[in-house]
Amino acid sequence: MVAVISQQAPPAPPVAFSPAELLATHGDRELLRLVVVGSVDDGKSTLIGRLLYECDSLFDDQVAAAERASRGGALDFSLFTDGLLAEREQGITIDVAYRYFTTGRRKVIVADTPGHVQYTRNMATGASTADAAVILVDARQGVLQQTRRHAHIAGLLGIPYLAVAINKMDLVDYDRATFERLSAEVRELTSRLGFAEVRCFPISATQGDWITKPSERAPWHDQTLLAWLEALPHQRRQELAPFRFAVQQVLRPTIDDRFLTGRIASGALRVGDRVTVLPSGRTTTVARIATLNGDLEEARAPLSVAVALAEDVDVSRGDVLAHASARPEVSAAVDASLVWLHETPLSLGHRYLVKCGPRTVPAYVERIHHRLDLETLREVDAESFDANDLGEVRLTATRSLVFDRYRDNRTTGAFVLIDPESNATVAAGMIREPFLGAGSHRAYSRVTAAARRERLGHRGVAVLLDGGLAADAAERVAALELALFERGVVVAQVAVDLDAAVALARAGVVALASATGVGRERARETLRAAGVPWIEADASEHSTELILSAAQEGASS
Amino acid sequence: MMSDLSLSAAAQPRPLQHLSHLDLLEAEAIAILRETAAEFANPVLMYSIGKDSQVLLHLARKAFFPAKLPFPLLHVDTGWKFREMYQFRDEVAAAHGLQLIVHRNQRAIDEGINPFDYSSQVYTHATKTQGLLQALSQHGFDAALGGARRDEERSRAKERVFSFRDAQGQWDPRRQRPELWDVYNGRVRTGESMRVFPMSNWTELDVWLYILREHIPVVPLYFAKPRPVVSRAGTWIMVDDERMRLRDGEQPESKLVRFRTLGCYPLSGAIESEAATVADLLNEMLTSRRSERAGRLIDFDEDGSMESKKREGYF
Ligand SMILES: Nc1nc2c(ncn2[C@@H]2O[C@H](COP(=O)(O)OP(=O)(O)O)[C@@H](O)[C@H]2O)c(=O)[nH]1
Repeated sequence: MVAVISQQAPPAPPVAFSPAELLATHGDRELLRLVVVGSVDDGKSTLIGRLLYECDSLFDDQVAAAERASRGGALDFSLFTDGLLAEREQGITIDVAYRYFTTGRRKVIVADTPGHVQYTRNMATGASTADAAVILVDARQGVLQQTRRHAHIAGLLGIPYLAVAINKMDLVDYDRATFERLSAEVRELTSRLGFAEVRCFPISATQGDWITKPSERAPWHDQTLLAWLEALPHQRRQELAPFRFAVQQVLRPTIDDRFLTGRIASGALRVGDRVTVLPSGRTTTVARIATLNGDLEEARAPLSVAVALAEDVDVSRGDVLAHASARPEVSAAVDASLVWLHETPLSLGHRYLVKCGPRTVPAYVERIHHRLDLETLREVDAESFDANDLGEVRLTATRSLVFDRYRDNRTTGAFVLIDPESNATVAAGMIREPFLGAGSHRAYSRVTAAARRERLGHRGVAVLLDGGLAADAAERVAALELALFERGVVVAQVAVDLDAAVALARAGVVALASATGVGRERARETLRAAGVPWIEADASEHSTELILSAAQEGASS
Repeated sequence: MMSDLSLSAAAQPRPLQHLSHLDLLEAEAIAILRETAAEFANPVLMYSIGKDSQVLLHLARKAFFPAKLPFPLLHVDTGWKFREMYQFRDEVAAAHGLQLIVHRNQRAIDEGINPFDYSSQVYTHATKTQGLLQALSQHGFDAALGGARRDEERSRAKERVFSFRDAQGQWDPRRQRPELWDVYNGRVRTGESMRVFPMSNWTELDVWLYILREHIPVVPLYFAKPRPVVSRAGTWIMVDDERMRLRDGEQPESKLVRFRTLGCYPLSGAIESEAATVADLLNEMLTSRRSERAGRLIDFDEDGSMESKKREGYF
């Protein structure tokens, strides 16, 4: 049954590149992540299709299929990225699609993102990892509200480079004055959005002007979109930022060996470096950086590595390693920008999970500072967020988060919110600041709660006292304080100063604070947010036992 | 073939001043693999023996080095793979001490479903889609890692890295979760599961360049050799064993061919080629650009067929 195989040796194929040459050229490109945003009919599909086609990133059979579908007319470039019929029925055309092309220097990952206002979440998704954004503008319609919105979101997500492609220039006769007027408007509206560079391009996606080739129809312009993409500084921000490494897993290949695996979010790490584990604050030394291809002396962002430490300090998933001299923020409460992604609206006080790197912690949105009106780009009051809303909130987690401000670090400053009831990803967040309230007074300390406890014989507790309005209130608090002191407790009064109560409780002291009437709910929230042990008690000697047992309770808060 | 498998010795550590796009794709894939191992109770690596599976396996070994793979490999077998694929699979598993689970849809085999008497949709649905779903539920896997890429096919361009499947193993576009930055939500309820694609952002070219760089062994069928073939639907089908049903007048002939993708031999089209090494093959790819699925007969059945297969649970 099997045919006779000819024994003749096959002729050697003509080798154009040796393996080493292949790796040095095609195997060694810079990675550029690009988001392309346009509303329906702006020409986004045609532009991306042309980039793929002219950068030779399509297969012959894909081109042949598009030629057939163009029925002998000019090649319709939008066919290369067209969604399928079934997709349209299912409503997933509104999803971000990813396309790939290569230039001489770069591999480009394109997030192809529909730009209507109700798809803001898609734009945020595509923009989240992008190094550069291309926003389409129809030359006939000019700079619209949507252009402002796209630029605003690109800025919010921290994209450094922005190209505005003024498309359909063929329909305005490649008029230079039109282009310059629109460019001036673009400069005006992007000036305060924090971009490192903004550039406008007079293009025609269907005719091919100034996309990958210069055009004589607009000879007054001087750079193609592709040349600009090629010339962008390769992003080094993450490499230069302080070292951050969030632990994904602790591997124990043998009983004696322990490796922390994770991806270096920013900066670089060397064997012998002193590193601090956050949030615990323990400091140790890097003993090995191991990979399957051999140990490394040094590794840097964004590599995934396995790190062995010299001392066996406590480390688990979600902890962050940093150099002792440049630590990230540690706080349970943060002010953050939020993009609401889900159909179920934001519910204040609802228990969500915040996933910040590999660290997942229960959290709730304590308050909404404002919502951004996407039409006017003004901040307005809001009680809740609906899908595609964007605004600022205070988020309070039940345990410490370890992070940087998003503007300093797009990896360690970002998080998502998950609703544990549906498991849906409901929001994306960018941390602006640790909350400057009671929760943020926590200094970096190498003295652990356990060590303090050992010294003092009990743990710190903030006690919220009731009955402060009674005539003899001061006397009763003094009696309680004395009773505790005589039982060996390190105790102090702070009157109504809750920040002092938190600081003392962290120092291991039992702090007696008064909160009366309306201040009570706020006081509870402050203590909850601060993450210190706390209880409520009557301002009387009878509370001595209750407070004693709270101070004696559990080894950790 | 075996001598190629000691790849850790072959690949030298490279200096770190410079990171190429392959380094970044590798780092991303490793992070996704680790995230899967950390977030799921019972993950599995879908191993289909092809080049993408080989790269995925290599990445997984890197992700958990110096520990062993924390999950088994699953091969959903149809019984109609090329003989060289089975041999290669068993050698790879033995060389790395891997736990390999081979699952066949016994019901489909008992019913006599084969690639000759049944349309490719019926055949693929029974042997691959049903086979996979059976294996996942039998073993209670809550995450299945696969080597699929977004550049493979148009309907995959919007696929998530963590692709959610309901308790029936179905893909529901409305329940797919937004993925921002590299924060992945791996939470599932009992019975639900996730397909995870660490190589989403790789292209076919990246895969071959990485194979070249890392000296990753692949099934020799990817390289040109004289093979007994018959011409069907504009492509060459290899007569791999005596079960092949020849049509009237068909006479196997020897052609210098190779395969762009590997599946069941009666459904995998070969192309005429002289590329005998990874470098030859890359050189050939860089000059002639036919998409790798052009040789896969199942995709030609109907427009969007890949998409409906995906919805049913096929990769
Ligand atoms: N005249 C002209 N038409 C264009 C240009 N770019 C796109 N179009 C047309 O505008 C329509 C929408 O283009 P398409 O790329 O599908 O837009 P999308 O909805 O943003 O993806 C199509 O009819 C295109 O042919 C252009 O530069 N000039």
